[in-house]
Amino acid sequence: MKTHVTTTINGGSVEFLCQPRQSLLEVLRDELSLTGCKEGCNNGNCGACTVMLDGLPVNSCLVLAVEAEGAVIETVEGIAEQGHLHPLQQCFLEGAALQCGICTPGFLVAAKALLEKNPQPSEQEIRFGLAGNLCRCTGYDKIVRAVQAAAQTPEAQSPGLSKRPGLLSRTTQTEAKSL
Amino acid sequence: MSTEVAPDNTSDTEQPATYKVIGTRPIRHDGADKVTGKAVYTDDLHLPNMVFGAFVRSPHAHARIVSIDTSEAEKMPGVLATCTSADLPDPWDKVDNLGEGCVNYAHLSGNVLARKKALYKGHAVAAVAATSSHLAQEAARHIKVEYEPLPATMSVLDAMQDDAPLLHDDLITHTLGDEPARPSNISSHIQFKKGDIDEGFAAADVVIEREFKTATVHQGYIEPHVSVALWNEDGRLKIWTATQGSFVVRQQMSELLKMPVSQITIVPCEIGGGFGGKISVYEQPVAAVLSRKCGRPVKIMMRRDEVFEATGPTPGSFMRVKLGATKDGKLTAGKAWLAFDAGAFPGGVIGPGAMCVFSCYDLPHATVDGFDVVLNKPKTQAYRAPGSTHVAFATECVIDELAEQLEIDPIEFRLNNAAQEGTRRVDGPVYPRVGLVECLQAIQKSDHWKSPLTGPNRGRGVACGFWFNCGLKSSVAANVNADGTVTLVEGSTDIGGTRTSIAMQLAETLGITAEDVIPQVVDTDSVGFTDVTGGSRTTFATGLAAYEAALDIQRQMVEQAAQIWECSPDDITVANGVYQGNGRSLSFKELAVQADKVGKPIVGRGAVDPQGSTNAFAVNLVDVEVDPETGKVTILRYTACQDAGKAIHPSYVEGQIQGGSVQGIGWALNEEYFYDDQGHMRNASFLDYRIPTCYDLPMIDTIIVEVPNPDHPYGVRGVGEVPIVPPPPAIANAIYRATGVRFRELPMSPPTVWNAIKGQNTGE
Repeated sequence: MKTHVTTTINGGSVEFLCQPRQSLLEVLRDELSLTGCKEGCNNGNCGACTVMLDGLPVNSCLVLAVEAEGAVIETVEGIAEQGHLHPLQQCFLEGAALQCGICTPGFLVAAKALLEKNPQPSEQEIRFGLAGNLCRCTGYDKIVRAVQAAAQTPEAQSPGLSKRPGLLSRTTQTEAKSL
Repeated sequence: MSTEVAPDNTSDTEQPATYKVIGTRPIRHDGADKVTGKAVYTDDLHLPNMVFGAFVRSPHAHARIVSIDTSEAEKMPGVLATCTSADLPDPWDKVDNLGEGCVNYAHLSGNVLARKKALYKGHAVAAVAATSSHLAQEAARHIKVEYEPLPATMSVLDAMQDDAPLLHDDLITHTLGDEPARPSNISSHIQFKKGDIDEGFAAADVVIEREFKTATVHQGYIEPHVSVALWNEDGRLKIWTATQGSFVVRQQMSELLKMPVSQITIVPCEIGGGFGGKISVYEQPVAAVLSRKCGRPVKIMMRRDEVFEATGPTPGSFMRVKLGATKDGKLTAGKAWLAFDAGAFPGGVIGPGAMCVFSCYDLPHATVDGFDVVLNKPKTQAYRAPGSTHVAFATECVIDELAEQLEIDPIEFRLNNAAQEGTRRVDGPVYPRVGLVECLQAIQKSDHWKSPLTGPNRGRGVACGFWFNCGLKSSVAANVNADGTVTLVEGSTDIGGTRTSIAMQLAETLGITAEDVIPQVVDTDSVGFTDVTGGSRTTFATGLAAYEAALDIQRQMVEQAAQIWECSPDDITVANGVYQGNGRSLSFKELAVQADKVGKPIVGRGAVDPQGSTNAFAVNLVDVEVDPETGKVTILRYTACQDAGKAIHPSYVEGQIQGGSVQGIGWALNEEYFYDDQGHMRNASFLDYRIPTCYDLPMIDTIIVEVPNPDHPYGVRGVGEVPIVPPPPAIANAIYRATGVRFRELPMSPPTVWNAIKGQNTGE
């Protein structure tokens, strides 16, 4: 039996049917063709599947798709806007912060979440904020530098996800439903 | 921080050339795809009517397979096909070179699907295809396999014993001497000799001999192995796959399935890391057979635990290294006894390990014995400079101890003995111009070396590393477009930005910009044979092919210009992409626009097969702090110096150095396969097999030394592999200075370090 789920993904309303056992990652990739988020481990250890769920970065392999009911989701496909790369994407390219690129979508989503919470992070704050994302190619040096560079661009501080519903409002919605 | 330095002793012929494209840092051509989620990796494919495969794997480290019953699974709704080794043709005992190591197809076939015995926990025994991946996993649990468990052997020294359980009844040691009468787990014994070690050790004032052990480690690419196979009704087989070498996958498929290469097309998708581990086939033949049986495209993607348990880690090892030196710091002799585990089938990385053990030094007398040993672990594979990291750990720790006993500065001691042009390696080859001395000097001059390290529990270590780097076959085609851009078609899969480093060499040669070249990695039907992206060869060899293609284009452009300008081709000169003749002058792009209107299309070709090695050396310097309460080692500062020959795209050269260094740091401090007494890996996840995170590390400073490779028009040596070699010994030497304890086992994980410090404090 499948469950009907209504969500907002990258700013648009999306409905899908899923089995209760399907993860959000599986549905995003296999049902909705949003293959930017990657499966590296399917048990929450590598971060390649990171997406924003109601303003928080999550491992989408650890979220059941049915939990996305009413949620606001942003994936790597939603980071560039109107034909323009986000400063983080631009800085990743200019700073050669990717090699094979499989971890890059997860890092971009996690880094965007970090900068929205903390627009001027120290190097240690960046390293702590991105510690849930594994990269085996770069040694992280250029990733950290790319995030530092992006934090210096004026666009990085423009309104983004931070203006959208956060965890608090999600909790409120859930509570409202259970009432 | 990164620095590029030219060597002090640059000869007249080595004056750094002025380049317009090489040495710059353009944005990679596939960049936008990869930061927006558009790049297509294999698992992103969803073919029409596609179904999904899953494996049944041995729960035992060593067992006879009594029976396999697939009938129950086959009755499940949605299950379309099953597959066992009986579905693969009888393999032939044939050995082939896959670019970074050889393969015996009988062994490969037996590794893809176990035949009579399962030889390690996780060994694939059967597979099933079903309409969903969940259903396939479920159906796999309904395939009944009866096993007769056998005793397992899990460490290299145990497996070498006479009474060890045998993996292969017919394995006779391959050796230069008399063939042994009885089978054993030792598949080969190799030996290299130079001079007379008795004479050499007699001349030494100090001799140190030590034993070292390293644990099995995995390449740890983030993308699991994944393929989609479509075996069509016309007998043609097409496979989309994550591989370092589409042509070597085609070659392996052809041999394993006994069909001509012309019937097989391999489409290399974007690849999420490889490091040597994505050369051998695993799931590809199984997906193909399942597709043939059910008539639909079949996708198989491994779970992470399957990647750890059943794909190529790199070996665990036992090593004994002895070195002698005179009072004034000259090495006199070396002796090495090296036993590497090959995993369940023969043919590990002992060969390169034995060749690399003394490769950084000018040793007048040396003997190296190397043993390839099978045991009940997954078949080992190449991992970034395969074998060299192990032996560097042993040799560089003994070198450090010798320098200490002789009271000579560790860098000076290495400089005293460093391999250079004319040095003959123990295994035979004589080095051409190489850059080890320059790397050591660059480290000596670095701010890091000159800055004192103070504070308790802190220490600084240094170590060298070597990797051959290879040439091998590469092909490209380059088509000049009507707007003066060039489409570059290549067979080298791009793991880390090689589309751009190859395109830059074409652009430099033609006098156009990197952005004027549009590189494409294509399938095996669309370009000439190209060996693996491995062996640090791609920027070197495929770059050389691109250079040849550019010269080919230039010759054709000259002919077109002669036609347009009504003069002889001999009257036309080309410099920096400007064509001049008969009083006229046009840039490459301008000429291309005109040529498009008057003549035949301009198509350049490049096909190369450079022989030999390009010889990469690296030197690392590291500061650590050891927490005496937990044994945790923190990297405070790291500087990695390497001779790149010529850095085509310095950012990606730095990236290779930084990434390789961090893999080496992981190997040194944390990574290992934990096996229980049943031979089961107990940490087959990224949670428990702990690769470094960014929170574990500082910035990795790089120093790129450029001692040009005389065998490449731009001096490229290749850079990918050697960065992983020096970190474990550099860190071990640093930990010694922090704690007073010399560690001779990898990894130097917190419990190991804590126990040793505790033992030292309590006098144990």
